[in-house]
Amino acid sequence: MPVNESLATYSDWTYSSAVVVYVVATVLYLSEQAFGRVRGPRARERELVAAGATGSSASTGSAGSAPPAATPPAERTRAERLGRMGAALTILGVLLHLASLVLRGVATGRAPWGNMYEYASLLCLFAVVTWVVLMRQFPVRRLGAFVLTPVVILMFLAGTVLYSTAAPVQPALQSYWLVIHVSVISAASGILLVPGVASLLYLVRSAHDREPGSFARFGPKLPEAAVLDRLAYRTTVFAFPLFTIGIICGAIWAEAAWGRFWGWDPKETVAFVSWVVYAAYLHARATAGWRGAPAAWINAFGFVLTVFNLFFINLVVAGLHSYANVS
Amino acid sequence: MRDVLAHLRNTWRGLTAMRTALTLLFLLALGAMPGALLPQRSLNPAKTEEYVAEHGWWGRLLDRMQFFDVYGSVWFSAVYVLLFVSLVGCLLPRTWEYFAQMRAKPVLAPRNLARMPHHERAEVDASVEEAIGRGRAALRGWRLVEREEADGARSLSAERGYLRETGNLVFHFALLGLLVAFALGKMFGYEGQVIVQANGGQFCNSGIFNYDSFRAGLRVDGTELSPFCVKVDGFEASYLDNGQAESFLARVGHQSGADLETGTWRPYDLRVNDPLRTAGDRLYLLGHGYTPTFTVTFPGGETRSSAVQWRPADPLTLLSEGATKFDPPGYTDAAQRRQHQLAITGLLAPSAVFTGDLLGSDFPEARDPAVAVDVYRGDLGTDSGRAQSIFSIDESLVEDGRLVKVARVNLMAGESTTLDDGTVVRFDGVTDWVSLQVSHDPTQVWVLVFAVLIVLGLVTSLVVKRRRVWVRARRGEDGRTVVEVGGLARTDQAGYGEEFTGLARSVLSGKEES
Repeated sequence: MPVNESLATYSDWTYSSAVVVYVVATVLYLSEQAFGRVRGPRARERELVAAGATGSSASTGSAGSAPPAATPPAERTRAERLGRMGAALTILGVLLHLASLVLRGVATGRAPWGNMYEYASLLCLFAVVTWVVLMRQFPVRRLGAFVLTPVVILMFLAGTVLYSTAAPVQPALQSYWLVIHVSVISAASGILLVPGVASLLYLVRSAHDREPGSFARFGPKLPEAAVLDRLAYRTTVFAFPLFTIGIICGAIWAEAAWGRFWGWDPKETVAFVSWVVYAAYLHARATAGWRGAPAAWINAFGFVLTVFNLFFINLVVAGLHSYANVS
Repeated sequence: MRDVLAHLRNTWRGLTAMRTALTLLFLLALGAMPGALLPQRSLNPAKTEEYVAEHGWWGRLLDRMQFFDVYGSVWFSAVYVLLFVSLVGCLLPRTWEYFAQMRAKPVLAPRNLARMPHHERAEVDASVEEAIGRGRAALRGWRLVEREEADGARSLSAERGYLRETGNLVFHFALLGLLVAFALGKMFGYEGQVIVQANGGQFCNSGIFNYDSFRAGLRVDGTELSPFCVKVDGFEASYLDNGQAESFLARVGHQSGADLETGTWRPYDLRVNDPLRTAGDRLYLLGHGYTPTFTVTFPGGETRSSAVQWRPADPLTLLSEGATKFDPPGYTDAAQRRQHQLAITGLLAPSAVFTGDLLGSDFPEARDPAVAVDVYRGDLGTDSGRAQSIFSIDESLVEDGRLVKVARVNLMAGESTTLDDGTVVRFDGVTDWVSLQVSHDPTQVWVLVFAVLIVLGLVTSLVVKRRRVWVRARRGEDGRTVVEVGGLARTDQAGYGEEFTGLARSVLSGKEES
């Protein structure tokens, strides 16, 4: 099937625009983070109680989800307005990002995740969408910058180093399993970016809580350690079964395409290792002495492995998953 | 004796502790990594040997430590065996507990419900019986027990979410099952590759010598392969303008069972991603390449043709390399014959481009095939009893002077060259070959079943929450009834709050909460 060149070009444009919008949103979030006043202990206490009592519905005046009535306009500071603009721009970015993938799919007449550029793009889209959803459930809007920064870096690398022009895929990839396996895996990986970031911030915050001297300026501006921990846990709990399903779908596809369902191809191996690491995270969180910081380190390490699997394994180690088309 | 038992018990406890399991999980992750970073003999033996040779003592050390066979190594096996022993040790008592709990009644209501993480209290006009009745109605579907307390109060204890532990156990047992099924598959399975000419070439799965390479499971001796035959009638490939492959298709016929007796061939379009499943085995189209046909006319006028597959050296342009070998006719004396054997070896380009005299290929399709070959005459070593590659000649014979280069020439399809003794070598053209793989794994369906159970168990154990509710009603001093509701989620508290609030409201008000 021939590629529709003009649609492919529009796809590239919307992709670049999405990156630019994300960058602007990052700057706005950072401004909120930098200029926002540290809320007093009472406000924080209230937030913790609310979050602890109602879990997913936890929302305080500062959370993006709060209905307008709950937040008297008079209380909305300049920093908060910047943050809200950041959130709005994030949503605009998501729409552009989505448009770029849809356009590429229409242009090539196949699922738009057939090479590393498209895969990384989809992964980032899932990460940002996850963030948008979580922003409505947890009082963490001002942390948007910490999620968008890795997303922007990944998208920049995808658009430059990994970029490949719109084209049909090779015979080994012409299977409906491409649609299932790759989308599920990239969804899981994208969602897992968020708990990775939250766990790192958790480590900063809990270090500050133990020793107020460390991260003295940055620490207090982060949400409570308990909020970050719960956000990381609940997101991981959502993504881990998805990741499992993705690996199993990959195995089913490998059985049809490569003659065996599991063959310790480098990509398979690192996926297995990541799976084991996330399993360790879930166990650590239920084991005395491993809760808190050790579990958070494990989660952060899990995401490092995901990125390692995306870049190092595909670009440096030759394996069956080398579909990079990177020249 | 006692000490030994105590020691054993401590070892067992240590092994089955969660800390140990976590450590083993990390070791498993760590141990698997070298397999991704170092070449593995099972995946790419040539690259492994190259790596060992390049890294001197370090390579040899890694080799001795089994770093090139990670997943069959002693240390990796030790880690996963220990992990699964630890898992069994953890699962057995939990299963026992699980069945005990399935029969157990919900626990007594704590004396002070106000100390529970979730608590509500109200005074109502209804009687104690009515209040408890409301509680029962609100807690329909919960495991419930009603108790009379010492001071005359009545209480309800309710618990729900037992499925969480069910899912948990299913997940872990399915992991065990998956490992066992995987191991059995490795023992009773086999896998073999073979190249078949795509112009009617046949292959029968009757013995391992029919294969070019064969990997047998530990319990496979090659005598009881699933009987079936395959005939490759044709191969078609299409490419994009940039040379990227768009589709591969091998038209095959296959026969198994009764068809073998009657000689019936059933047609099948074998494609990448679409293996032929027959006689309990799977047949895959792995790759393809070109077979040049050479015709040699010897000085005596006899002609001989040979078509032997050459292997792709460049996967993108299918520039191939190989060697086609000829025995001269008319020699009865082996020593004489060994002086006149011929080998044609060099490069084959499906779409030839010449840079000066250098042959290259600019497209994988056989648009304009050409070869750039050296012709050798002498002793090919095929009588020596030593195995040699069909893709090359034995270079040591060239060094010995027993095999002498007599020509170097570029030939387009149909062109020929004449050697010094009058022998004419003609390059007739190319045909396709396909590389097929036969795989046999009797337990892979079980692996899939356990994998599905893993997902189901995992989702259940992560979604379902084990939680308790208690209701206590007692007659207050002013004659009204005091109703208290307390709640506790036994695992993650998140999300329980809303459910509890709804429950408590309907218990306290007697109205159904939506």
